[in-house]
This record gives sequence, structure tokens and C-alpha cells, in this order.
Amino acid sequence: MSSPHAFPQIDHGLLRFLTCGSVDDGKSTLIGRLLYDTKAILADTLSAIETSSQRRGLSEMDLSLLTDGLQAEREQGITIDVAYRYFSTGTRKYIIADAPGHEQYTRNMVTAASTANLAIILVDARKGMLTQTRRHSYLAHLVGIPHLVVAVNKMDLVDHDQGVFERIRDDYLYFAARLGIGEVRFIPISALHGDNIVARGARLDWYRGPTLLEMLETAPAAHTEVAENFRFPVQYVCRPRDSANPGLHDYRGFMGRLESGEIAVGDAVQALPSGRISRVKEIQIGGLGIPSAIHEQSVALLLEDEIDISRGDLLVKPDEAPEAVKTIDACVCWLSETPLSTARTYLLRHTTRKVKAKVGRIHHRLDVNRLEREPAEQLQMNDIAHLSLKLAQPIFPDAYADNRATGAFILIDESTNDTVGAGMIATVESV
Amino acid sequence: MNRLNTRTLTHLDWLEADAIHILREVVGQCANPALLFSGGKDSVCLLRLAEKAFRPGPLPFPLLHIDTGHNYPEVIDFRDRRAAELDARLVVRSVEDSMARGSVVLKHPSESRNKHQSVTLLEAIEEFGFDACIGGARRDEEKSRAKERIMSFRDAFGGWDPKNQRPELWSLYNARVHQGENIRAFPISDWTELDVWQYIQREGLALPPIYFAHPRPVVRTKGLLRPVTPLTPALADDQVEEIRVRFRTVGDITCTAPVESEADSIDAILAETAVTTLSERGATRMDDQTSESSMEERKRAGYF
Repeated sequence: MSSPHAFPQIDHGLLRFLTCGSVDDGKSTLIGRLLYDTKAILADTLSAIETSSQRRGLSEMDLSLLTDGLQAEREQGITIDVAYRYFSTGTRKYIIADAPGHEQYTRNMVTAASTANLAIILVDARKGMLTQTRRHSYLAHLVGIPHLVVAVNKMDLVDHDQGVFERIRDDYLYFAARLGIGEVRFIPISALHGDNIVARGARLDWYRGPTLLEMLETAPAAHTEVAENFRFPVQYVCRPRDSANPGLHDYRGFMGRLESGEIAVGDAVQALPSGRISRVKEIQIGGLGIPSAIHEQSVALLLEDEIDISRGDLLVKPDEAPEAVKTIDACVCWLSETPLSTARTYLLRHTTRKVKAKVGRIHHRLDVNRLEREPAEQLQMNDIAHLSLKLAQPIFPDAYADNRATGAFILIDESTNDTVGAGMIATVESV
Repeated sequence: MNRLNTRTLTHLDWLEADAIHILREVVGQCANPALLFSGGKDSVCLLRLAEKAFRPGPLPFPLLHIDTGHNYPEVIDFRDRRAAELDARLVVRSVEDSMARGSVVLKHPSESRNKHQSVTLLEAIEEFGFDACIGGARRDEEKSRAKERIMSFRDAFGGWDPKNQRPELWSLYNARVHQGENIRAFPISDWTELDVWQYIQREGLALPPIYFAHPRPVVRTKGLLRPVTPLTPALADDQVEEIRVRFRTVGDITCTAPVESEADSIDAILAETAVTTLSERGATRMDDQTSESSMEERKRAGYF
């Protein structure tokens, strides 16, 4: 048995990634392979899948049963919803968002992509680029996933031919350039045999690049690469007013998470919408002080001056303050079975702030298969469109391309309380 | 402006910060939440996260335990002690009271009360008007949980509709409910069993003693170790052995099995967890093995 010291001291944090493709592309096999080769599938889970496969009369073990968790999915043999899977290499923890591939599940793919920092796009080596490949790539790009990996799978079925791989790569690069997709990496794999996933394998020896796992191990996690302004939406104000502890009588902790940037004791901060400026007196986690905090840390900020701040307010640095806006242009993915109505008022949640919103104008809808714009009067579930929204009160956003956390919003239907739209702010016009 | 961050969070720091963010969203969005605290390891982590999220203020919610009446006394003692140490309000509602009221009817006296916790939980939600219950469920525990939202909507009957869940994007959680409906919030959704043990080790968290190796009479049944207790006595042809075991998960005595282990410290448990070949629920839960959808069916009926 290994000792706990077997855990390396180096911790490369956590990477969230998305896998796109359909069962036919070997996506489930790829996930199964990653989990199996990193020993994240345990023996009893594997034997349950085996039993389940046999009961369904399948000759081979169906690794998709690993990710299809709901009864309806198993009955219908389809993936309906995003499933999350976990594995760890000892140096890094991974969260896989496994999204269904079909067009009618665009909303699930957008959901899965919203928190991912890398996407693996699977292409069947025999089929090359398909409509689906273009749709998945486009959505991954739209939702701002910074790292795309195109994995050309089933290389075993094309005799491990380097020419096939290179043709698909060139096709993809031509397409990516048209969409403005920047960094893309390519890798030939065989998920079935495990070539270039965790182990290299001998059959693709003409490929000199990193294995898929090596790409994952070295991909920057979100918080290491983005250079952004300090943005701190206030979630909750802690005022203990503890009569037994007079020291806490004046305590006011503004609790929230650094959605971007960093902050140190002594830094000047500005509260929005009030515009009042103060300095950070203390930064605390669990009531204990720390000298500074970075992107993605959840802390409490104590300020030197007593200013009125509540949930929904935003703390920024005075020279980096975003503009107040009451009209936004955004790209919206419609998530609800009830179509978007331009007559209705929705509730828009942006960071911790909520405001009433109405659609001003639908500029155009995007055809995610042909990647063309088309006119639209209304939006159905899974539609993606550029539109403008009018807000009852101002928000303080960044453009989504600059900051995913402060450039995103959701729309809520107040009659059902359902989340009906997901938006990414394109441009910011001041009031 | 636009400096490049050079410092990064470790995976435990990230998971902790994420869970704190979720806890604060629940409290920011919901009027009357409760935190489900059983004394088990996952809820022990939740409680520490709640301290980190809200100290030096008081915990902005009561602790709620649904007691089947079939818990190990060591765990109940621990539960009460922790709640007292934290000066938290502890609400306990028991399945036995639901049975006395007639809202829980067992098929036979020895039927496991585990799934009937849902009824008592829904009664407690109604009694106190809770609009959110924070729980320590994890997506890696079970396949239907892998599909669950972090803020999971329950209708007025406490029911979960897995095919019609609210989309959940970025960290923009939607915990809005109408009167009578509620949210189940799962701040450690993305944690694995190993993460939980690593966090317990890092934070030096206390646990009920039955998590550590101890001698216990058991019967080997269908690959599981059935503990021999007054509630689960040995049957006539059972072969009772006393071996050293620990619990990987702590729940109702009638459906939770220990595993054979010599691990008597958190370090030793971590080492075992890192190399185990059996999943947490697979090795320990008798109630998940009845069918492929046992958990999904319980969750649809209001289970957490």
C-alpha cells in the first residue's frame, strides 16, 4: 500500500473540460478510456456496466452506460443531459462535462461549455469534418473556451495513415480561420486501443506531439492565464451585531468571490453603483486575515470607510471601473420550450445583480449548421441570436470576450422561475 | 492594469472557494435555508465550509438532521457536540415521529427506514417553511447524481424531474422558487471521495470514531459486510466474524456496510482511498443495489 506521501506536493490545480462529439465518434469510449487509464473507474462500477451491457444483449461493454445516468437515457440509448465526471492524475484534478452531441441539445452543450476551459472536439478519421464538427467548434468558440483540441479518432480504422490526419487538420484549419478561432491543437488517437490518450502506443509513431493527457496536464487552468481587472460582486454582507462580542459591533464584511483580478490590503476600491471610494482594511477567509487574494478566491473584504454596500453591488478598482449600461447587445441562447417573447419582461441576472429586462430587437439568428445569419422574429429552444436588451436599472458589465464572469447573464421567466436564456454581452454602450 | 496572475489556487483551494461561493448564493437568494447535517464526513466538510463562508458572523441557517432512529450512537453524539461547539441551532426530526403520525408506513417492521427519510424531510421543510436545503451530496457518488444541478429545483411535492431541470450556466445560479417549492443546494457536487478526505486532513476536521478502523462483528453477505447490531442481528445460519472495519459512509444502520480496514488515521484512510478498487456506495450501500435506478427513484420522490 502506498503511503500518503505518494501524493505529490506540486498541485496544478483543476481543469474543467468539455468533450464534444456523438457516440458514433467514440466519445464515450474516449471518456471511458481516460477514466480507465487514470484508474478513476473502480472495479465495481466496471462490473456493473458489464452486467448492464449483457442485459441489453450487447456483445461488447458499452462505456456510454457510464455516462448515461438517467433511466430515460438508458431506456432510449441516448444522452439527454450534461453529465459530470471526475478524475485526477495526482498532480491535477479534472472535471469532464460530457454533453450530448445532437443538434436538439445545443442548450446542453452551451451549458457544459460555460464552465469549461478546454474542449476536446472528436472527429471520426473515416468521416472527416462533419456539420456536427463545425457546430460544436462554433459553439465552443462562441462560449469562449480558450483551448480547443481536435482529436482525430479511430485512426486504427484508416491504417494509422498520417495523410488522413493531415487532410482533416488542414480542412479544420481552413474552417477555423474563417471563424476567427485562434489556437487549435490536433492529435491522432484511437480511443478504442488507447493510442495517444494516456499511453503513446506504437502504431502512431509518426506523431511526435504530446499525448492527449499531456495536453490536459499542461493546459493553463482558467485562473493562471487571464489578465483581468479586479471584479468583486458582493454576494452577502456580514454584520454579526453580536451583543456578547462588542469587538464585532461595527464589523461589516462584504462577502463574495474575485471573479477576476487580484486585491491586496491597502488597495483603493470603488463601489458600484454608488461610486463611493474606500480602501481595503482587511481581507478575510472564515474570519482570519490574509494579505491579498486572487481570481476565484472567496473572501470577505472589510473597508476603511463605512459605505453603504449590499448584495448586487460591485467592487472594482477606481481606475478600472466598468461603465453603467441600460442597453446591451448580446448573443443569447434560448433554453426554454416556450419561445422568447419580445412583449414580455424577463428577470436578468448578471453576477449577483438582478434587473428587469425586455428584448429591444432581434438582430439576427445564427444557423449553427451553415454558420450563417438569418432574420428572425422570435426564438425557439436551442436558437442562438444576436439581440439588444433594455434594462430597468443599470448593470456594470464587461464584454464577454474580455471577461466570461462579468460578461455573462441568464434570463429568468418570473412566472415559472425557470432559467430561459443564456447571454453573452457583445458590446457595452454607456447610458 | 492587466497584470498577469502568477499565483494559482490548488485544487482544494479552488473547490473550497467554489463551495463557499455556492453557500453564499444560497443565503443571498433564499429567505429561509437549512443545512442538512448528519454527522457524516460530507456534512462535516459542509459545516467547515459554512464556517469559512460566514465567520465571524453566526451561521445564517439552522442545521437539520432527519433521524431514522437507526443511527450509530457515536454519530448522534458527534452531531450534537459539533452543533453545540459551533453555537448552531440544530433541528432534529425523526422518521419515528412520521411513523407515529401515520405518514410513514413500513411494509414490514424490519423494512429499511432510509428511503422514508424523504417523507420526514418534506414534513420538516413544510413545518419550518424552508425554501432551500443545503446537502453534502456529490456527483461522483452515483450515476443519477452525476446529472444533478448544484441548485436543484423540487416541486411542491418535493419531487425531482431529472428530464426537466433548470439549465445551470457559469456560476449564475437560479434558486428562485414559489411558495411551497424548494431548492436542494449541493456545494460539494464536484468533490470526489478523495477530495473530501484530503480536505478533512488539511483542515484537521474531527469525525465520528466509526470512520476509523475498529473491531466489529459482521456477516459477509453478497460481497458486503453486514454489521451485527441489535437492529441487524445475526440470523440462524449466519457466520459471524469479528474483524477490523471502518465505515466509508455513515448512514442508516440497516443499509450501510463497513469495509475491512486497518486504517486508524486520516493519513491511512487517504492512502486506502487512493488505491481502492470499489466505489464508495458500491462497497457500502445495500439500498443502491436493488436496481439500476434505485437512487433516481428515491430522488424523484424527494430524497436528497
